[in-house]
Amino acid sequence: MSTTVVNTGTEGKTWGGATKPLNSSYGKMMMWFFIVSDALTFSGFLAAYGFSRFKFIDSWPIADEVFTHFPFLHGVNAPMYYVAFMTFVLIMSSVTMVLAVDAGHHLNKAKVTIYMFLTIIGGLIFVGSQAWEWGTFIKGDYGAVQTKGGNILQFVDTEGHRVALRDFVVVDAHAERSKHESKSGLWFVSEGTLPTYTVEEVIHGLESHDNVLVRTQIINEAGEKTVLSRAESLKQIKQNGKAVVEGANLYVNEYGSPLFADFFFFITGFHGFHVFSGVIINIIIFFNVILGTYERRKNYEMVEKVGLYWHFVDLVWVFVFTFFYLV
Amino acid sequence: MAHEHKLAIFRGLVKFKSNTQKIWGVLIFLTIVTLIEVGLGIVKPESLMAQVLGMKALNWIFIILTIVKAYYITWDFMHMRDEVKALRRMIVWTAIFLIIYLIFILLQEGGYVFDVYKDGYIKRDF
Repeated sequence: MSTTVVNTGTEGKTWGGATKPLNSSYGKMMMWFFIVSDALTFSGFLAAYGFSRFKFIDSWPIADEVFTHFPFLHGVNAPMYYVAFMTFVLIMSSVTMVLAVDAGHHLNKAKVTIYMFLTIIGGLIFVGSQAWEWGTFIKGDYGAVQTKGGNILQFVDTEGHRVALRDFVVVDAHAERSKHESKSGLWFVSEGTLPTYTVEEVIHGLESHDNVLVRTQIINEAGEKTVLSRAESLKQIKQNGKAVVEGANLYVNEYGSPLFADFFFFITGFHGFHVFSGVIINIIIFFNVILGTYERRKNYEMVEKVGLYWHFVDLVWVFVFTFFYLV
Repeated sequence: MAHEHKLAIFRGLVKFKSNTQKIWGVLIFLTIVTLIEVGLGIVKPESLMAQVLGMKALNWIFIILTIVKAYYITWDFMHMRDEVKALRRMIVWTAIFLIIYLIFILLQEGGYVFDVYKDGYIKRDF
């Protein structure tokens, strides 16, 4: 392995130099230490998520009702299937990575190339899936009304199925107001996109549909969200309804507490950023493999080091999956 | 190059002939665990909804299965099984100690804030 031969007379002695502490090379050990510190960063985020969840334990959104979509299957209630698929893709790309490391140990350049390539593909599928997941989450599905206190009121029919705003609210053409843009008025004042409906229109819609009820954020003893009676529903919307919310962003969230959306964007975003940088690093190593850098070095340890990072990303996802989608 | 791999998992219950074979074996195991998790998450059996130590029994099962998965990813994919004991302990014990400490503090505090809103005079629900 080493190109120079030096005899210092201290071979075999612990402090004579050339001894790897803990039988591990410098680079690998530093990768492990980085992973420990990064693991602590992620656990800080996840523990903060747990803090907020325990703080609002009786009104936190139920993940099964938030992530119910599957690409190309519109209107089909498919909780978790897509995220299970994403988990599998990431575990699979972890497997191809460890196979690449193994092929590296046997100095098999062709195999390392194939497995690195498959790992990169897996990573790209995962990042793409996450982008789709974000898109669906941001766009929203049913719409809701936010109260003065920041609580979310959703709509259900008498059987407890969710009802979307578009199914019972009609836009009042006379009352329509266009979005204020800085070019058409005060140049230093602007506003965000207006929701499709106003609160008044929602009240009208609710009054004219007897079978629509309001569902609050509060989780009852059966583990389901509380549904109000017809009279209570009208009273709540009329008294407290302040804004119509469609989809989710960092300020409002039609699924429930805005904190849920904040943590979702932050934690899955930070993880997605790790996957993305992992893909970039993998691509660099992939080209190095093709160019024969490690072949000449007679050592594929670089593959092993990025492999550690890649597995760590998978490891974090296992926890994100549990705490965002399962628990 | 010395790349000795320990080829037995489940405390020697299952032994593999080569490292490649072990990788596929671990993949099958991880897939089964994930399928159990997803299955339980979709079905949500009524019998597992009982409260155990402040959380639903089902949630405890999810957390335990997650830690099992994390163990096999670290031990077999990241080759922690093949590292020397000192390195292993340095990495794992440090992280586990600090994470448990952090989780304990934050969840304790979160529960306390919840109680203040619920039983105290501070209200946010208007």
